[in-house]
Amino acid sequence: MSEQDVLNPKHMPSNPEQATLEGKNKFLGFWFFLGGETVLFASLFGTYLALRDSTNGGASSQDLFGLELVFIMTMLLLTSSLTSVYAMYHMKNNDFKRMMIWLGITVALGLGFLGFEIYEFVHYIHDYEFTMRSSAFGSAFYTLVGFHGGHVVFGLSWIIALMFRNAKRGLNLYNAPKFYIASLYWHFIDVVWVFIFTVVYLMGVL
Amino acid sequence: MKDWMGKIRTLSLFSFLVLILSACGKENLTALAPKGYGAQQSMTVIIVSILVMTVVFIVVMIIFLYVMMKFRRKKVGEGHIPQQVEGNHKLEVIWTVIPILLLIIIAIPTVAVTYDLADESQMEDSININVTGLQFWWNFEYANEEIQTSQELYIPVDERVYLNMISNDVIHSFWVPTISGKMDVNPDNENTMYIEAHEEGVYWGKCAEFCGDSHSLMDFKIVVVSQDEYDQWVAAMQDTDPEYTAEAAEGQELFANSCISCHAIDASSTNPVVGPNLADFGNRAMIAGVRDFNKENLVEWILDPASIKPGNGMLGAPYLEENSISEEEASQIADFLMELKATEEPVDSVEHFRENESVHSN
Amino acid sequence: MSTLVANEKKGFGSTIWDYLTTVDHKKIAILYLIAGGFFFLLGGLEALAIRVQLIKPMNDFVSAGFYNELITMHGTTMIFLAAMPLIFAFMNAVVPLQIGARDVAFPFLNSLGFWLFLFGGILLNVGWFTGGAADAGWTAYTPLSTTSPGHGVDYYVLGLQISGAGTLMGGINFLVTIINMRAPGMTYMRMPLFTWTAFVASALILFAFPALTVGLFLMMFDRMFDSVFFDAAMGGNSVIWQHLFWIFGHPEVYILILPAFGIFSEIIATFSKKRLFGYTAMVFATVLIGFLGFMVWAHHMFTVGMGPAANSIFAVATMAIAVPTGIKIFNWLFTLWGGNIQINTAMLWALGFIPSFTIGGMTGVMLAAASADYQYHDTYFVIAHFHYVIVGGVVFGLLAGTHYFWPKMFGTILDETLGKITFWLFFIGFHMTFFIQHFLGLMGMPRRYWVFLEGQGLDLGNLISSIGAFLMGIATIILLINVVKTSVKNEKVGADPWDARTLEWAIPSPPPFYNFKQLPLVRGLDPLWIEKTEGRKGMTPAEPLGDIHMPNNSFLPFIMSVGFFIAGLGFIYQKDNLAWLSAVFIGMGIALGCMLVRSLKDDLGYHIHKEDLQKEAKE
Repeated sequence: MSEQDVLNPKHMPSNPEQATLEGKNKFLGFWFFLGGETVLFASLFGTYLALRDSTNGGASSQDLFGLELVFIMTMLLLTSSLTSVYAMYHMKNNDFKRMMIWLGITVALGLGFLGFEIYEFVHYIHDYEFTMRSSAFGSAFYTLVGFHGGHVVFGLSWIIALMFRNAKRGLNLYNAPKFYIASLYWHFIDVVWVFIFTVVYLMGVL
Repeated sequence: MKDWMGKIRTLSLFSFLVLILSACGKENLTALAPKGYGAQQSMTVIIVSILVMTVVFIVVMIIFLYVMMKFRRKKVGEGHIPQQVEGNHKLEVIWTVIPILLLIIIAIPTVAVTYDLADESQMEDSININVTGLQFWWNFEYANEEIQTSQELYIPVDERVYLNMISNDVIHSFWVPTISGKMDVNPDNENTMYIEAHEEGVYWGKCAEFCGDSHSLMDFKIVVVSQDEYDQWVAAMQDTDPEYTAEAAEGQELFANSCISCHAIDASSTNPVVGPNLADFGNRAMIAGVRDFNKENLVEWILDPASIKPGNGMLGAPYLEENSISEEEASQIADFLMELKATEEPVDSVEHFRENESVHSN
Repeated sequence: MSTLVANEKKGFGSTIWDYLTTVDHKKIAILYLIAGGFFFLLGGLEALAIRVQLIKPMNDFVSAGFYNELITMHGTTMIFLAAMPLIFAFMNAVVPLQIGARDVAFPFLNSLGFWLFLFGGILLNVGWFTGGAADAGWTAYTPLSTTSPGHGVDYYVLGLQISGAGTLMGGINFLVTIINMRAPGMTYMRMPLFTWTAFVASALILFAFPALTVGLFLMMFDRMFDSVFFDAAMGGNSVIWQHLFWIFGHPEVYILILPAFGIFSEIIATFSKKRLFGYTAMVFATVLIGFLGFMVWAHHMFTVGMGPAANSIFAVATMAIAVPTGIKIFNWLFTLWGGNIQINTAMLWALGFIPSFTIGGMTGVMLAAASADYQYHDTYFVIAHFHYVIVGGVVFGLLAGTHYFWPKMFGTILDETLGKITFWLFFIGFHMTFFIQHFLGLMGMPRRYWVFLEGQGLDLGNLISSIGAFLMGIATIILLINVVKTSVKNEKVGADPWDARTLEWAIPSPPPFYNFKQLPLVRGLDPLWIEKTEGRKGMTPAEPLGDIHMPNNSFLPFIMSVGFFIAGLGFIYQKDNLAWLSAVFIGMGIALGCMLVRSLKDDLGYHIHKEDLQKEAKE
């Protein structure tokens, strides 16, 4: 049996992402990685909470944040998490085409989120002259939210790259774990945003 | 509580004496022969913990040495295959429970003293001193007395003194081992500690938090004086005059041209903290905190402060950049500075310190 | 690529290429050993320079600025570039063998982790040649570090960031390897203690390093992009750094010491010819130490002004760690009890460790007492304490491991006579250097002091300390001579030179690149010992002979690390000249490009065929 046959069985198993040892390792290793990422964001949240009132006389969270925009962003990202679940559902049913469609929708929603975030930052910088240099609060805000934004960019690039690479050859046991952990990453980004929405924006406006 | 801590102190008096007798360092620097409340309290905890830990160490060493003598291959024979023991629950319970009990013995005085040393209940009725740490010197402002001085902190004996400490640049740490444990001096928030010295004298203070090139030379002194001396000193400091006319007139003029923008010569607390306050300079125990008090050292300091404290704040002084002060002029400035005294004579302990302590710096 | 290539003679060039591209955990172990050893020597030289400077009062052997660079780089190098990689060397060399695996879970990441560490380490040291290395202490407390002029601290930030990323990958790799790749029958409670400690240390790496990552990012932003996290004048707070650093820094201590404990457990059991006493308790003590390690970071900050409540809580929590550590000491003693103790060099280090580390543990409890720590903090007492645990624990463990695992890694045994001379010189020098420092601290000598004044009663103690340091230096040179001598002599030994107990000794020394021809069947703790006592020569296989799947070598990890290195230089120098931003883009482009290639190019590995394995067996 050649490698290709092993990875393209006649009947795809119901958990293609964990059908091989490599897949199992990736799956577990990625969960651990997300554990580390959790500590990373926890540290950033801790720093933000310590500095969020240190506005140095400049713009404060009450001056800056408007919940309408953030609400739209939250909806976009939450929905994209749901659509990536659909994509994984179709992956497990070995329906490559539908998986690609739902991943496409996920990417579109993510890009929408990113657009709003860029608009938000530009708005703060131009209309409030609020940058990461203006106060410790500014430093902490842009670093925390910016780190999340960076994760969104990386996640989108990753999913798009995987989609292009595998567009023609369909699903197999080699790329299934890759799709799966990319979607895990996407969920993680979504969960972090829920905390940012609560800790930064809701608590900032109240 | 206090009682049985006292008992432990008595019990351990012997070992304590042994420590003192076996040269435990310079008497006005070491933490091992405390002469202040904080240092004594810390010492109690140190002794309790060292005694308990020594017991543990002895037990470990006895088993270790016994095992080493008894079960060497030479003793038990080349081919001996020992019994493959899995463990022993009774033993394991013993060496879990006993250490817990021993730790409780240490933990109780630890927590008690930690709270005791953080006590701020007497703050309002005590002397309050605002301490500022700067690279690489210390400023002391007496909040109620409205005076300030630098490098040498005067406090009355047996009196609780509260220090409210903040840094103007990086983190420093205020430590006078013989009087009290240390507390960090942070740039972002004020830290408060109290000290109480039980014996008159001059004590060495050290900066204990790494703060740059001259961290090791950021020494200061605590001058512990009698209540009378303290009151006289405060009154004299309150009386220092910025318009004072010195005998060393040339020196004063040079000082007015090159130095006064950073160094005040009166002790008023309204003077901004830029360079060390020199109102009582003539009564200092040391020059720059690390040199014997004499004119030679002072001249050297004026001409080349970098050679004594690398990276110190005076290196940016215009007179140094322009090289505008000659050796003779420096000598005149030194004459003027050594004339700056709040009281006629230094207090007894400073006099004693100058006579008996020498750091032989070249 | 389906033929066996292990036995072919190779030219120098192809050996180098092999090591640059290898994903074999045993070769990566050797790379870690060489690189870690190199940095250990470098850190040692820095230490000697420090001790020369402090040999007499008011010495002027080095300037204040250079001294600060020496102490900073000594600490940083020893912790991040010597101790960590040497631990990784043994984890790589031994853990897969001990659990009966053919490789680690992520061979590619394993290689990437090494190269990131190496290039991060090099970047840290580039500062020496470009106007000054980092000079704010290995703890790099803000705002001293954020305001330190020049680029020294920039090298620290970027260098640690890159090598830290490598370490994190290593941690994840070993977690997954140990969970997913154990041989049949190798249950968790049959794993050798070294594997257990590697497992817990990996978990600590995973949860501790991200805090450092964040701290370093904040420092990088403050220094390079004018953010104000640590600038009190702009509302920043310098204590945040201390929290982040120690949330990482305290677990880091256990990351280092736990695998050393593991090495000692293997050695003591082997050379007492006894099963480890209280194995279950040892495992739980390890896990407990790892867990408590995250609860105690603020005991490094008792004098920061956290208030009596926080100080008391952290004091008591810290004392609690003494309990599982004590359990370990007693279990080792009772492993020795009733044993058949053979004393060779590896065992000497293990035996020397017990009293040395006990002293370190004693002073650890003393330091935990917050109200006593007001006197100890930031003095030579602390220096003495952590050298007693890091040298007396970790370095002794690494040297013990070097002697013990050397046959498995290289197929030869290090010279015993030279080994014993090294031990005694080092052991005596170590205690001379550091025991006296407890007293120096209490006598009023703070740490990081470039000079101490005359007439402070500190002269004799410092002189003794410096002499001791030189003894350790000589001992290290003898160890090097030993390594060279043994390698030149090249007397090969068999699979099991120590009459040992665990799986790694069931296969040839050094092992073939696929480790186990057939995965072994594990029937209990100390599996090899069980088979030997039942009169068998080796392990019973758990599977019929079959094809073995192996990963392909790759040059990508090396290139990717070079990319990050270039980007690091770019970040540092864009402060002076924005043209350096091009280096950032080029470097990141290389690194991200490599990631893309890795993600998109199929890398399915290859198979060693059954027939080739049979042929090899006959030869």
